[in-house]
Amino acid sequence: MTSAQPAIRVHGVSHQFGEAGEMRHVQALRDTSLDVARGELQCLIGPSGCGKSTLLSIMGGLIAPTTGAVTVADKPVRGPMPRDLAFVFQESALFPWNTVLENIDLGMTFQGVAKAERRDRAHRALEAVGLLDFAEYFPGQLSGGMRQRAALARALSLQTDILLMDEPFGALDEQTRMVLGEDLSVLLSRSRKTIVFVTHSLGEAVFLADRVAVFSARPGTIKQVITVDEPHPRKPSFMTAPKFHALRDQLYGLLHDEIRKAMSETAQLRRRYDQAGVADGDGERA
Amino acid sequence: MNGSGRITAQSRLWSRLVQIAFLAALLLLWFLATNVWGVSRILLPRPANVWDQLLNVLGSGAFIPDLRVTLGELVAAFAISMSLGVSLGYAISRSQYLIRVFEPLLAAIYAIPIILFLPLYVMSFGLGPNSKIALGATISFFPIVLSTIAGFGHVDRTLQTAARSMGASDLQMFRHVLLPAALPVVLAGLRMGFTVALLSVIASETIASFAGLGHRIVDLAENMDTARMFAYIVFVIAIVAFLNAVVSKLEGRARWR
Repeated sequence: MTSAQPAIRVHGVSHQFGEAGEMRHVQALRDTSLDVARGELQCLIGPSGCGKSTLLSIMGGLIAPTTGAVTVADKPVRGPMPRDLAFVFQESALFPWNTVLENIDLGMTFQGVAKAERRDRAHRALEAVGLLDFAEYFPGQLSGGMRQRAALARALSLQTDILLMDEPFGALDEQTRMVLGEDLSVLLSRSRKTIVFVTHSLGEAVFLADRVAVFSARPGTIKQVITVDEPHPRKPSFMTAPKFHALRDQLYGLLHDEIRKAMSETAQLRRRYDQAGVADGDGERA
Repeated sequence: MNGSGRITAQSRLWSRLVQIAFLAALLLLWFLATNVWGVSRILLPRPANVWDQLLNVLGSGAFIPDLRVTLGELVAAFAISMSLGVSLGYAISRSQYLIRVFEPLLAAIYAIPIILFLPLYVMSFGLGPNSKIALGATISFFPIVLSTIAGFGHVDRTLQTAARSMGASDLQMFRHVLLPAALPVVLAGLRMGFTVALLSVIASETIASFAGLGHRIVDLAENMDTARMFAYIVFVIAIVAFLNAVVSKLEGRARWR
């Protein structure tokens, strides 16, 4: 946050799926602006469907926004930028027909790393996530937590300054999730990477983030940004500190109304689809 | 995993034994029917006679011309349906719109017993091998094209997105993501296509033809030479079992776990 130039700058981004007037038209994001500072971990948190994952895909150049612009390291984002940023997805996006080591190697092949260098980098990435002994395993032979470690190793091996993580621990149980969170905090304290981390979990957000961007209900925009002033690596004891609870409560207060709003809007949307399905003529009045 | 491995090996041995006992019982029944209960030899020849005929067929090399015809038809039919099925299936799989249009259409046609059109094929392509090739190619085209569409058309989006985010080129996407994802499904379709090509070639030979193993079997039946006919049937079963084993082996080798 001390550095003047942000790692990622999101400026006035709106995004909609489908055309206005279409049945499936959804306004996912509205006029969202956000800076991610170099070396910080910023969490995006918000109710389901608020567009936080969409924003992450826009940052990474996987989706082009309807309006607005994103710059990464001062370059405008127009498509995937494999040299600048790497993704970790919720479902482990490891190739199931390749071993862990082959997965990591393949990622670097796609990125264009020379063969001589790949071996060493794969080794170091596996070491960083504690999976050296499992290099020759196939993803199907690993637990969910180990698969996400492997996915993280693949992202680390790409040696990008930025990691974009889309609910990477979302499918894991609470305990595995806590351990992986601690490890990520340790990793962060060593590498000073910039990380954008989408999550549903209030505790995870407070534990990991330097700043938490809270989204409003759909069409999402950023309601408030909260700072968590606690150095990395963070210890498990942070989770029982009064500061942790105060921040968690503050987040919950901000999110509570938005979650209610999101739920009633989803119910309305469903009703609209149902009515349109039964009688087309009534669709417009509803 | 190793603990249960021993149990599976043991139960596999048991099911093998039961299978062998079942076949032995069938043979015994056959023997009793012909040698003890006196079933007509024209309807059901004695096992010993069939065995003699089989040795004669194999020893004299009498099977070679018919086998050559049938295998030639099979290879030609499968080559046509494989190249057309895989290339058309891949082309269709590239567009969600084409998948929506063609997948149900092809599946519906696949459900029709195409062998009903054999008379049409004979009128167009003659009584020789060409009508068998055309029919075999048509029938085996459908499982191949459908499995190719299924294989390439439904590759996990997350894997494709991940590859794209890491900078995969179109060629790398095909070689490292689409192909390995689709291969097991496509190979299963090819195996099925091979089996139905073989079945339809032999079946159409029995209906209208000049030569081939199917033709020979019907010819022997019409001459009431049932023992030799049974010998040919045993031979065809052995050939089919062998070819299917080879194809399954090839499929198993190309497949990731």
